[in-house]
Amino acid sequence: MTATPVYLDHAATTPMVPAAIETMTRQLADVGNPSSLHASGRHARRVVEEAREQIAHALGCRPGEVVFTSGGTEADNLAVKGIFWSRRSADPRRVRVLATAVEHHAVLDPVHWLGEHEGAEVELLAVDGEGRVDLDALRATIERDPASVALVSVMWGNNEVGTLQPVAEVVALAAPHGIPVHSDAVQALGAVPLDFAASGLDAMTVTGHKVGGPYGVGALLVRRQVEVTALVHGGGQERDIRSGTIDTPAIAGFATAVAHAVEHQPAHAERVAALRDRLVAGLLAAVPEAVLNGDPVERLPGNAHLSFPGCEGDSLLMLLDARGIECSTGSACSAGVPQASHVLLAMGHPDDEARSSLRFSLGHTSTDADVDAVLEAIGPVVARARAARL
Amino acid sequence: MKVLAAMSGGVDSAVAAARAAEAGHDVTGIHLALSRNPASYRSGARGCCTIEDANDARRAADVIGIPFYVWDLSERFHADVVEDFMDEYAAGRTPNPCLRCNERIKFAAVLDRALALGFDAVATGHYAQLRTGTDGLVEMHRAADAGKDQSYVLGVLDQQQLAHSLFPLGDTPKPAVRVEAERRGLLVADKPDSHDICFVADGDNAGWLREKLGDRAPNHGGAIVDDATGEELGRHDGTFGFTIGQRKGLRLGVPAPDGRPRFVLDIEPVEGTVRVGPRERLAVSALEADRPRWCGTVPRVLEGPAVTVQLRAHGAEHRARVEVHDGDRVRVELLEHASGIAPGQAAVFYDGTRVVGSATITATTRVAA
Repeated sequence: MTATPVYLDHAATTPMVPAAIETMTRQLADVGNPSSLHASGRHARRVVEEAREQIAHALGCRPGEVVFTSGGTEADNLAVKGIFWSRRSADPRRVRVLATAVEHHAVLDPVHWLGEHEGAEVELLAVDGEGRVDLDALRATIERDPASVALVSVMWGNNEVGTLQPVAEVVALAAPHGIPVHSDAVQALGAVPLDFAASGLDAMTVTGHKVGGPYGVGALLVRRQVEVTALVHGGGQERDIRSGTIDTPAIAGFATAVAHAVEHQPAHAERVAALRDRLVAGLLAAVPEAVLNGDPVERLPGNAHLSFPGCEGDSLLMLLDARGIECSTGSACSAGVPQASHVLLAMGHPDDEARSSLRFSLGHTSTDADVDAVLEAIGPVVARARAARL
Repeated sequence: MKVLAAMSGGVDSAVAAARAAEAGHDVTGIHLALSRNPASYRSGARGCCTIEDANDARRAADVIGIPFYVWDLSERFHADVVEDFMDEYAAGRTPNPCLRCNERIKFAAVLDRALALGFDAVATGHYAQLRTGTDGLVEMHRAADAGKDQSYVLGVLDQQQLAHSLFPLGDTPKPAVRVEAERRGLLVADKPDSHDICFVADGDNAGWLREKLGDRAPNHGGAIVDDATGEELGRHDGTFGFTIGQRKGLRLGVPAPDGRPRFVLDIEPVEGTVRVGPRERLAVSALEADRPRWCGTVPRVLEGPAVTVQLRAHGAEHRARVEVHDGDRVRVELLEHASGIAPGQAAVFYDGTRVVGSATITATTRVAA
């Protein structure tokens, strides 16, 4: 076991960048509720608004379009439920919610909740074998009755298999009908270029802890014209869409991280993709039966998601963990019980194959030594896991 | 040794894992998820299948300082234990799912996987003692705490399984285990003991079976008749709700002429008939059993003053003489008669405190014809 772990789970969370730690800790020592009218309050408000402007500048939106939330899950819930409610209340025919079958649970679960409790008609969009949304199916689904679509939600980059979605094409299909499109860009931020205005999206989710910022803070970017019904009621601090005392230090750290991630995105993506490519090539050489999942090219630069036929993903994870190598099976857990990934199932993998996968996700602290450690361990680990198949 | 500690979320398995770690073993904790849908199994502190139990096990592993994972055994558990439980009741027998789980899940599926992953042994919080006999084989003995002894439900383990098992609590009385849990800072110290069947959420066996068996039930009702006279005394809504020796829940209304309580004597699943009669008709003088499992060498005859058989968990020991025929049929002569013995139950054979093996009861010989 190595002294410090080989951390290859950056898609779960990535270490904070030093600049964000510095910004955030500086704010932690200051008093002031941004909603207070006195000098301390005004100071805090200024920090928050500068952070908002910094994020807006980095992501190509207007400051007023940044709604701070407690993170990606809240932002996704706000987009899905909030836009659905507003759209339906403006026109009761709008009851259809379209989302890809490979969305994160933070989108899928509110979508299904709307179906179960709010009378929404949920239509999950099929994906191809690489996890990319079927645009023809989307077109047909919309054109069947455009006036009844409340919203479309298509993630930017898949958190499990890393496939990038054709967001521009999705917008091009929905926009002519005036249908709002939301995209969960939690994994894409800092990994690929993002420009909210140019994307034509109506709403986009980002979060702090995936880009070197703190946990517990994120944002929904929402175009000003889009009405969003509030989920959390109270003081109406964030555009009356989201209430709760504004977390000045977290927002300041988040903004620093976003600015840093966007500024360094091209170099970061190139460096991490090179490491990732070496990792994937080495894994496929060491385990010839292994299969890379997701689009081999149009994918998040740090994502390496592979199936190891004949192995249980959780055996592999445990054996690697015992060697100090930290990765993920990539799928959601319920009470720690690994479920077969809904993403792989939607991509057409059979259930047991869907349980044989591992996700290595590289980030800003990843090194060649990390890749070497995995390549050294994987052969014996796969051999053991194969023998241990239940 | 590299030891895999099965942690249910209860106090016993937590202390067992802690003791294994303290003994210098390289211990990894696992919690067995036995249901895909944890809410469907019993909630609270009594089973082994809830989210709360998994979290308790995880916290205990944190305190001990060992890695912890959840293993999904839900499919195997359902196929090998739950389905078997239903089949056995449908056939009019009375299974013990805990033995089945030990035989097929904890000391088979889990142990096999552990060995393949490079572990040397599986440790559990069962109360039983292992020692090496003069012949070099591992012997299993009753726990020091007779009230907590769980050797009965481990009677299905063979030598290979015993050789890779650790029962760190076997020498300790339960109250001392709770005190030790407290001392070790394990928050489960005052968690109540588990009882009953973990997958029957509210302990209502008959209700659970009625719901789950559906069309597989051999009948959905029939007559309760007096075994001596053949008189119909009442109706029931499924023979699977009954166990031989059962007294409660017959709802006969009419008392026996002599005013003595009636017991279930026989269950006829095909006809849907439950036969009842007085307690003395339950007395059993001999048993037939099959599917024997031996802890060590396979015996031909077991006899002697220390040879006993135990017929249910926490049941009495009965002096016995045991003969094994053709390797897989066991005949048990009960030198001390037993009462209310149902096919499907396990007979576990002891020589003194040592577990010799077990078999599944197929038929009984009543004292009174």
